[in-house]
Amino acid sequence: MASTDVVKQDTGSRQDRDPVVNDFSIQVATVNGSGSQSANSALMRSIFLMGVPVSGKNLFPSNIAGLPTWFTIRVNKYGYSARKQETDLLVAMNPETAAEDVRALGAGAIVLFDEPLKLEVLRRDLEFFPVPIDKIAGPLAPEPKLKKLLRNMIYVGALAHLLWLDMQAVEEAVRKQFNGKKRAAENNIAAVRAGYDYAVANFPRSRLKVERMNENANKIIIDGNSASALGALFGGVTVVSWYPITPSSSLVESLTEYLKQYRVDGDGKATFAVIQAEDELASIGIVLGASWAGARAMTATSGPGISLMTEFTGFGYYAEIPAVIWDVQRLGPSTGLPTRTSQGDLLSTAFLSHGDTKHPMLLPASVAECFEFGYTAFDLADRLQTPVFVMSDLDLAMNNWVSDPFPYPEKPLDRGKVLSKEELERLGSFARYKDVDGDGIGYRTLPGIQHPNGAWFARGSGHNEKAQYSESPEDYVKNVNRLNRKWETVRSIVPGPVIERSTPGAELGIIAFGSSHWATLESVDQLQQEQGIALDYLRLRAYPFNAAVNEFVAGHERVYVIEQNRDAQMLQLIKMDIAAADIVKLRSVCYYNGHPLDARFVSDSIVSQEQK
Amino acid sequence: MATTPNPPATAKINRVGLSVIDYRGSKSTLCAGCGHNAISERIIEAFYEMGIEPERVAKLSGIGCSSKTPAYFLGRAHSFNGVHGRMPAVATGAAVANRNLLYIGVSGDGDTASIGLGQFAHLMRRNVPMIYIVENNGVYGLTKGQFSATADIGSRLRTGVVNELPAIDICALAIELGATFVARSFSGDKKQLLALLKAAIAHNGTVLLDVISPCVTFNDHEGSTKSYKFVKDHEEPLQEIGFVPSFEEIDIEYETGNGVEVSLHDGSKMRLAKLEEDFDPTDRIAALTRLAHAREKNEVLTGLFYVNPAQPNFTDLLNLVDEPLGTLPQEAVRPPRSVLDRIMEEFR
Ligand SMILES: Cc1ncc(C[n+]2csc(CCOP(=O)(O)OP(=O)(O)O)c2C)c(N)n1
Ligand code: SF4
Ligand SMILES: [Mg+2]
Repeated sequence: MASTDVVKQDTGSRQDRDPVVNDFSIQVATVNGSGSQSANSALMRSIFLMGVPVSGKNLFPSNIAGLPTWFTIRVNKYGYSARKQETDLLVAMNPETAAEDVRALGAGAIVLFDEPLKLEVLRRDLEFFPVPIDKIAGPLAPEPKLKKLLRNMIYVGALAHLLWLDMQAVEEAVRKQFNGKKRAAENNIAAVRAGYDYAVANFPRSRLKVERMNENANKIIIDGNSASALGALFGGVTVVSWYPITPSSSLVESLTEYLKQYRVDGDGKATFAVIQAEDELASIGIVLGASWAGARAMTATSGPGISLMTEFTGFGYYAEIPAVIWDVQRLGPSTGLPTRTSQGDLLSTAFLSHGDTKHPMLLPASVAECFEFGYTAFDLADRLQTPVFVMSDLDLAMNNWVSDPFPYPEKPLDRGKVLSKEELERLGSFARYKDVDGDGIGYRTLPGIQHPNGAWFARGSGHNEKAQYSESPEDYVKNVNRLNRKWETVRSIVPGPVIERSTPGAELGIIAFGSSHWATLESVDQLQQEQGIALDYLRLRAYPFNAAVNEFVAGHERVYVIEQNRDAQMLQLIKMDIAAADIVKLRSVCYYNGHPLDARFVSDSIVSQEQK
Repeated sequence: MATTPNPPATAKINRVGLSVIDYRGSKSTLCAGCGHNAISERIIEAFYEMGIEPERVAKLSGIGCSSKTPAYFLGRAHSFNGVHGRMPAVATGAAVANRNLLYIGVSGDGDTASIGLGQFAHLMRRNVPMIYIVENNGVYGLTKGQFSATADIGSRLRTGVVNELPAIDICALAIELGATFVARSFSGDKKQLLALLKAAIAHNGTVLLDVISPCVTFNDHEGSTKSYKFVKDHEEPLQEIGFVPSFEEIDIEYETGNGVEVSLHDGSKMRLAKLEEDFDPTDRIAALTRLAHAREKNEVLTGLFYVNPAQPNFTDLLNLVDEPLGTLPQEAVRPPRSVLDRIMEEFR
């Protein structure tokens, strides 16, 4: 990798080193609430507009203003988009962390910094570019508040010079960032130019170079939560109920905006309702009530909210009421680490509630899958008549990702087995929980059906086929056994796993899912190129698993399961499903510090386990 | 209605051609004499007399003896017996998804005033169109007689335990929080309860009916303030309540001397013969004050405390289309391809 090359070199003179083209990472260290988000997004978009694959991650604290925050941008011509461990260029704007940030850099890295911080005295093996941010900002705006915001655009301008960015692309990116707000855009562009001019006058170009490519034609930049919201919009969501919690809030907030824009009819009447509930107990209760009455209802939350939904989820399982629940995972209960990413809710969600309950979970790995699962989750919930969880995470949900545009859903909405009045008239009557078709799923009616035999009684686990109250052991066993048959149907229709990489004859397998996908993909290539280790990679897209997962494990000597939690939760779920003899083949790579996973961690872990 | 079976010629039928049998549910499994059973009887009568097709009704409840009762009335109505204290959320979701049904929720004093107090508060404040009945016996019947939060100070359990904490006044709370029809009744007061239930059916907003409903098994002894005897001895009705449904001709001239008339949303009228000279049930502050006095005097105050037929309800505020959200066709809920194209362009 290019950065390793850089590290190996003597950094005495900058001119004698080859430029590194389209393969490096930038870390911007600022203070939370200083408005650096717009500058960083504009920087990322500038590179995107130059047709170069780019990804960005915001590593931010749980705080409104004042605490340190970092934004990492990775430019990679091969399209690798996971976080990279090493930083090739640091933008040091935060006095509080600057010294520490500089000390953490590998030799040869570049530091662009706010001049008064005097960072150049700290190390001799780095390249320093001091920019007097305040001096440059001074003439740009008289108002201190505006000046503070413009400071960030000055480093964007300086970077434009250092990184050989195309100023036209940078200006376009800034305009896009301030979409429609012309004055703001022009002010910010002026700041970018001032930073750029200063850099041109004082520095040579750096050896890190962004060179135009054509990899982003037609592509979009979008965060996972917006993608999920769009999925729900096109899935025909009608009732949304939620209680704010990071990192899920922006999902419902952007969904609300879309609904207001696209789901109000000619008379100004809404075909949707968004209810901000009093807590997550109420959110899920509202969802179940609405779904019972036929709505496509959803909620979005994070781990602490999921735990409050426990009893109702079990109720949904036993009464067989559809629901779509997004769990945008973060770390831990209470405040926990609310702005840090995790895949730690798998076991608790898979079996949420008490009694023999289990729930399908969809595992989107990309913004495109956030969109796709956004609507298929409704089809599955309706078809399966059960709560369906979609397990996103903070990394996927709140960071911007480059993606192909989302294809329009081709399949019509699947509302599942709902009897109309006419059908009921033909049948005469129906038994709500009778397995007529052999797939474990009964027929339901919707409240409001105007038929004397149309009603059924939704209640928890104690009921017979006709939904009548029953405590009979036979009825209970019959019912939960049918629910197990339904579980086999679930298995057969949730999105199956996909083989992402395969090498003929590979003895080792790797299994990953969700946002871990990107680092895993890169790691598979890394291990092949650097170590000659060949791996087949299977990506899970849903729980429960189908036979392909068993076959994959059976077909390899050792299988590494990559996940972002401490206790190898996905591995535990796989263990429950595969042949006993195959269990010993499973190995685990667990990453759980709250930062997005990187390929080097996965590779190092596999190499060291293989050496044992 | 095409699907309504023709009743036998002899049976009495209501305006939609149904007899009272069509409003029954399955046989009650509650204790004989339980106040809750009497309330179920009044619900059956009210819906029958109002001529509401049971298929147009959705019954919801939480957990408790009281919450079991929806199984015992309106067997042809849609039903949702949820989890303890969470009926309000389910009702809210359903009411939003299908505005065309009539919603009736049954809860207990434990279900409402303890575990479900939060959801209760938010339902009241949203003015969700529904009838919310609290079958209030001052104890947790189903878990065998522990005090609930509506037990009065000084009330004594059979075991001798005396309640030392102040009671939550569900009606005062409901008025304070925004309910638009708030009344208290007694399971033993057939006439008043029936009139209130019929008016509740005619109201368009949250109706909170706090019905004192003695638990004969755990809280009907000497020393209890929720026993039949105590309530009969201390009941203080504010008004005599008459109800004239919208579909009935008003033939008798109404004596306006000592009473007021309240017009409800659907054109029905409540006639309140005043027993207390200057009580005005459209005055929120007065209602709260009167309830506070009742508390001080240990009265079991019943009657209509507060009504506001004009307040927009929760589904009005959401400005929904007329057709139920739950059954909107794909064309109405999935935007066309051109919309996705446009949105994708915004992200380029
Ligand atoms: C989450 C939960 N906690 C506790 C219970 C046990 N429980 C069942 S009914 C009940 C109290 C019911 O009291 P109330 O609402 O007054 O109804 P009543 O039986 O008196 O009519 C309790 C505590 C439960 N079902 N669920
Ligand atoms: S225990 Fe009390 S509340 Fe429950 S059914 Fe018996 S009398 Fe009614
Ligand atoms: Mg009770």
